Amino acid sequence: MEFIQDLLTYGFLQKALITSIMVGIICGVIGSFIVLRGMALMGDAISHAVLPGVAISYMLGISYFYGAVFTGVLTAFSIGAISQNSRIKNDSSIGIVFSAFFALGIILITQAKSATDLTQILFGNVLSVRSSDMWLTLIVGAIVILVVFLFFKELLVSSFDETMAAAYGLKTRLIHYAIMFLLTLVTVASLQTVGVILVVSLLITPASTAYLLTNRLSVMVILAAFFGAVSSITGLYFSFLYNMPTGPVIALTATAIFVLAFLFSPKQGIVVGMFRKKFKRKSITGATN
Amino acid sequence: MIHPITVNNISVSYDGHEVVKDVSFSFGSGSLIGVLGPNGAGKSTLMKAMLGLIHKDHGDVKIGSETVDSMRKQIAYVPQRSNIDWNFPIVVKDTVLLGTYPKIGLLRRPRKADKEWAMECLRQVGMESFANRQIGELSGGQQQRVFLARALAQKADYFFLDEPFVGIDVSSEEIIIEILREMQANGKVIFVVHHDLSKVKKYFDGLILINKELIDAGPTNKVFQSSNMAKAYNREFMIDGLEVSM
Repeated sequence: MEFIQDLLTYGFLQKALITSIMVGIICGVIGSFIVLRGMALMGDAISHAVLPGVAISYMLGISYFYGAVFTGVLTAFSIGAISQNSRIKNDSSIGIVFSAFFALGIILITQAKSATDLTQILFGNVLSVRSSDMWLTLIVGAIVILVVFLFFKELLVSSFDETMAAAYGLKTRLIHYAIMFLLTLVTVASLQTVGVILVVSLLITPASTAYLLTNRLSVMVILAAFFGAVSSITGLYFSFLYNMPTGPVIALTATAIFVLAFLFSPKQGIVVGMFRKKFKRKSITGATN
Repeated sequence: MIHPITVNNISVSYDGHEVVKDVSFSFGSGSLIGVLGPNGAGKSTLMKAMLGLIHKDHGDVKIGSETVDSMRKQIAYVPQRSNIDWNFPIVVKDTVLLGTYPKIGLLRRPRKADKEWAMECLRQVGMESFANRQIGELSGGQQQRVFLARALAQKADYFFLDEPFVGIDVSSEEIIIEILREMQANGKVIFVVHHDLSKVKKYFDGLILINKELIDAGPTNKVFQSSNMAKAYNREFMIDGLEVSM
């Protein structure tokens, strides 16, 4: 209750709330495709690899958005270049590229600015969201949602059966890089809220939770967005009231929701599965007696 | 109008090794063609190269006088079952509906007529009662029938099926072959990667026999000879005398 009172009073809290919700939604949306395409590690890689871009932007005095998008996209291409032009497997090339970019980012950022900025970028601090950050997040969010809405059909078929999609003429390589680009945008938009290190939790966990609960991609995307939003609102709540770091609270909330689905999902839940087995056995013995 | 498909000197290599070598053949309207050869002979690779899905060292594929790229909307491809993520959140009827996507085009959604057509295709393969099941809940044969329904939904003229008969039940196999025959009678051109030699004569009227290089291609009676088979499989064969078993 007190939280709602404060929400109405403080402008910064309203900005934080709007930003959190949008970040949760778009992470869930784009995360659904990342999960289904088996690119969770790629999500982790890109989120870490935006760091040098952020640092360079600080040095040049431009918005961190440009630098972050630049190094994010560069990472996606570098990973593709290594795995396609050598015998190195995809997960290894991801490991090579993102650790290099992340390392470079840490060095640049410690050179460029004070250490407090580094912690904020790494772990997020949703309470420090400025108007410009909020607008950036809203614009990115609008772009992501619009693209996914307009090209849902193509995203569905290329995620499910890439060969069929290519056979009928879809540019599957282009779709892959478009998703990487959207992923970079989402990561940059999430920097303030969850931080670089834990963006991956908001990308992967709500989408995985949704994956356990439905047999339809459209429902999965909507559920993932919802779980993402709930997680980030919770993150905001705890960091405001108890002065906890936002990113970790968001990550743990997302995990808690996941655990609930993991145990109790009607089709996939392990507790439900155990009950079902027990019931089956009973009905079988009942029938034979 | 359904045109012949002509393949000229296709070669494909992986890491410097030629896996398909100078393969050429041509088949016209109303052909049901088996692509035959031992494991690792490059059957699936040949099919993907024909469709332009992998890089060719040289050679080209023509449909009539057109390139494959300009005919893509007339082509339906059914992948090997092992290449599909059967846990994907998609139900049977939506899987078949994917077949309508190529002709719907960008920025538009399937309409009621498309959905009805998808259901009609599902009915043709006898799977309509499974319309709302998640695809992983089906048996292998049922899954293959759903994917055939998706190919039917594409209203294509040229069909490419990669190992459709692997690990499926007898009745599904019969349903599938019956539909393929019907398509053939309607003038379609159908390529099927296949490796069960016992049913070759029963199923296909044309054959492509490869073991990296082309051994022979043409009408089944001409290609399915002991001498050809021995060359492809590197061992002795008796055909029509004793049972051919692999």
